[in-house]
Amino acid sequence: MDNILTAQNISKSFVGHQALDNVSIEVPRGKVYGLLGPNGAGKTTLIRIINHITAPDSGIVTFNGHPLTDADVHNIGYLPEERGLYKKMKVGEQALFFAKLKGLNNREANAKVREWFERLEITHWWDKKIEELSKGMAQKVQFVITVLHNPELLIFDEPFSGFDPINAEILKREILRLRDEGSTVIFSTHNMASVEELCDNITLINRSHNILSGPVGEIRARYSDHRYRVAYSGEPSTLLETAERLGADVSAEPDDKWGYHQASLKLGSDTTRREAIDLLNRNLDLRMIEPIIPSMHDIFVRAVSENDPEAAAQLPPMYNQESTL
Amino acid sequence: MANPLALIIQREYLERVKRKSFIITTILTPILMIAIMAAPTLFLLLGKSEKKTVTVVDGTKEIGPLLQSNDEIEFKISGATADELRMDENNEAILVIADNAIEDPKRSITLLSRTSIPMMIDTYITGQLENAIEEVRLNQYNIPDIKEILKETEADVSMTTIRIDKEEEKETSSELSYFMSLAMDMLLYMFILIYGQMVMTSIIEEKTNRVLEIVVSSVKPFKLMLGKIAGIGLVAVTQILIWGLLIAVAASVAAPFLTPDNLGADAAPELTGAVAQLTDPSFLISLFVYTLLFFIGGFLFYSSIYAAIGSAVSNVQDASQLSTIATLPIILAIVGSMTVLNDPDSSFAFWLSIIPFTSPMTMMARLPFGVATWEVLLSIGLLYASFIGMIWLCGKIYRIGIFMYGKKPTLMEIVKWARYK
Repeated sequence: MDNILTAQNISKSFVGHQALDNVSIEVPRGKVYGLLGPNGAGKTTLIRIINHITAPDSGIVTFNGHPLTDADVHNIGYLPEERGLYKKMKVGEQALFFAKLKGLNNREANAKVREWFERLEITHWWDKKIEELSKGMAQKVQFVITVLHNPELLIFDEPFSGFDPINAEILKREILRLRDEGSTVIFSTHNMASVEELCDNITLINRSHNILSGPVGEIRARYSDHRYRVAYSGEPSTLLETAERLGADVSAEPDDKWGYHQASLKLGSDTTRREAIDLLNRNLDLRMIEPIIPSMHDIFVRAVSENDPEAAAQLPPMYNQESTL
Repeated sequence: MANPLALIIQREYLERVKRKSFIITTILTPILMIAIMAAPTLFLLLGKSEKKTVTVVDGTKEIGPLLQSNDEIEFKISGATADELRMDENNEAILVIADNAIEDPKRSITLLSRTSIPMMIDTYITGQLENAIEEVRLNQYNIPDIKEILKETEADVSMTTIRIDKEEEKETSSELSYFMSLAMDMLLYMFILIYGQMVMTSIIEEKTNRVLEIVVSSVKPFKLMLGKIAGIGLVAVTQILIWGLLIAVAASVAAPFLTPDNLGADAAPELTGAVAQLTDPSFLISLFVYTLLFFIGGFLFYSSIYAAIGSAVSNVQDASQLSTIATLPIILAIVGSMTVLNDPDSSFAFWLSIIPFTSPMTMMARLPFGVATWEVLLSIGLLYASFIGMIWLCGKIYRIGIFMYGKKPTLMEIVKWARYK
C-alpha cells in the first residue's frame, strides 16, 4: 500500500517518564487516520515527532518514502491541541505570516488566504486583531492557517474541542473535502466517538504503546465476535431452546419500547448468520436481528485488557463504564 | 520563497517598531534627558527672581560694611538690637554678629530666619563673613599695600590634559571623559537589561499564548529563538541609530559656534578641551561604532540567557527568580565599571573588560579614556565567541523548555535539558 508517512520503532523518553516505547504506525495516502488513546498516552509526543518539532530517541519517520526533513514541514499542516495565535497581530497579517512561513511566496500567500477567508466567510475580519475575536472565531482563523498551504498531510490534535456544533460541522465538512481532494488526515483524540465515523484507519495508543492498528472495518469485524441482537415476541424459553440448538450464548436484554423482548446472541464460530436467522424465524415471531458492532471505545477497552490486564484496571473511569450503543 | 529566519526577524521587528509606544519613547527620551540635565539650571534661574534681604546687627561695626550684596542677597545694616528686629515681621532674616566675632568667629555669629535658608545662600553668607573677617584681621597687621601684595601672589591653575598616543596628540578633558563614560555605561546597562528582558517576556508570552507550537511546526525552535533575539536587537539598534542621528545633528549645529574664539580668550582650557573632544567627528564616530559593537555583543550574550529562562517557565512571576542569573552579572558589571571609572587603566579594569559577562559595560566605561586597540579587539573577540557558545547552549535549553508547562523547573533540571537529544 502507498503510505504517505510511516513511523518505525519510535521511542522517546523524558526525565523519569517514557512517552513512547517502540511505536510504529503506517498512514496510507488519501485516508483519514485516527490516533486514539487516553490523555497522556503519548499521542502528542508522537505528533510532535511527526511534525519534526522534537527528535525521537530512536526510530525513524519517513515521509513520501524518504526520511523526514525540515523541508517536509511545508507539506504538513498542524492544528495543535492548545490553540493560540499572536494576540496583537491582525488576522490577515497573521495568516500571511504563517503562509509564508510554510513556504508560500507573497503572491501565493495572498491568493490562498483570500480564497480561504472567502470560503469560510471571514474576509471582514482581515483588519481585526486576534484579541478582538471570540475564541470560536480565533479557532476558525487557526484552522485556515493550518490548511491554507495545501499540505499533503494534515494533522489535527483534538480537532473538535472548543468548536460549537455548527462550526464543528463546517470543520468536518472542510476536512472531508480536503481528503477528497487528495490530502491525508491524521486525527488525534481521546474522544473516540467524535472521530470514529470519519476514520478509515486507526491506531490505538495506550501507555506509550501501540496496542492496535489497522483499517476500521477490519478491526470492527475482528472484535464483533459474531454477536447479534434480536427482538421478538414469544416465550423467552423458546429463544433459549433455539439458542441451545444453535450452540449460541444468550443474554437477555430489557424489552424495547414496543414491548418486544430483546436478547443478544453470541453465535458459535461454525454457525452462519443464515442458519441462525432461519432457525430463529421458524421458532419465534422475529421482529429484528442486527449485528452488534462494537464501538471504538469498547474495542479500545478490550484491546487494552488483552494486552495488559493491569493497564486496563488503571484506565481512566470513562473507559470502564458500560458502552452505550 | 522567503527564508523563515528572515520572516521571524521581520515580524518581531515590525511588531515593535510600529507600536506607538516605541515611537513615543524614542522621541521623548532624549527630550526628557535634556530636561533632567537642564532642570537644576532652570530652577536656579527661577529661584533668582526672589531677592532676600538680610538685616545685619553688627556688634564689631567693622564686618558689616565689608559684606557685599549680590543678585540674591542684600545686606542691610541696622542700628537696632536683635530683639527689636525680631518683633518686626518684615525682617525675614537677621544676621547677628557679636562684638567678639573677629577673635572668635566660630561661636559668635548667628543667622535668624523665618524661612528655611537654602544651601546656596548659607554658603554665600559664610563666604562673605570669612572674607570680611580675614580682611579685618589683615588690616590689624598694618602692612601697607597688603591687598596688592596678596593679589599678586594669587595663582589660578587650570590644567590642559594631553594624552600621548601612538597616533596624534589630542586635547582631551578627563572630566568630560568621566561623564561620557558614565553616560555610555548607563546607556548600555539600560539597553541590555530592558531589551534582554523584552526577549524573555516575549518568549513567555508566546508560550502562554500557545502560538509557539504552530510556529515551531514550521520553523526549528533554534531559528525561532535566533529570529526573536535578532528582531528585538534590531529594534534596539534602530533606537540607538535614531539617537545617534539626533546627537550628530545637534553637534553639527552647535559645532561652528563652539570655536575657541567664540568661547572667549579667557575660557578655561578644560572647556576648550571638552569642546574639542566633543566636536571631533572621528572621536564621536569611533565611540558610536564601539557602542554599537558592544551593545550588540552584550545584548546577544545576555538575551540568549534571558531566552533560555523565558522558555523554561510558564509565567512572568516564575521568571523573576530565575532571571537573577542574568540580571546579577549585569548589575555587578555596572558596579564594577563605577570603580573602573576612577582608574581606567588598572589591572582590575583590564580583567573586567575582558570577561564576557562584564566586558560590554566595563569596556564602554573605559573607552572614552582611550584604550589600546588590541585590548578592545580581544574584548570584542571574546564577547562574540562566548555569545556563540552561549546561544548554542541556551538554544538547547530553549528547545526543550518551550514544551514544559506547569511546575517551575529547578536550575538543575534546566541544565539537564541541555543534554537531551
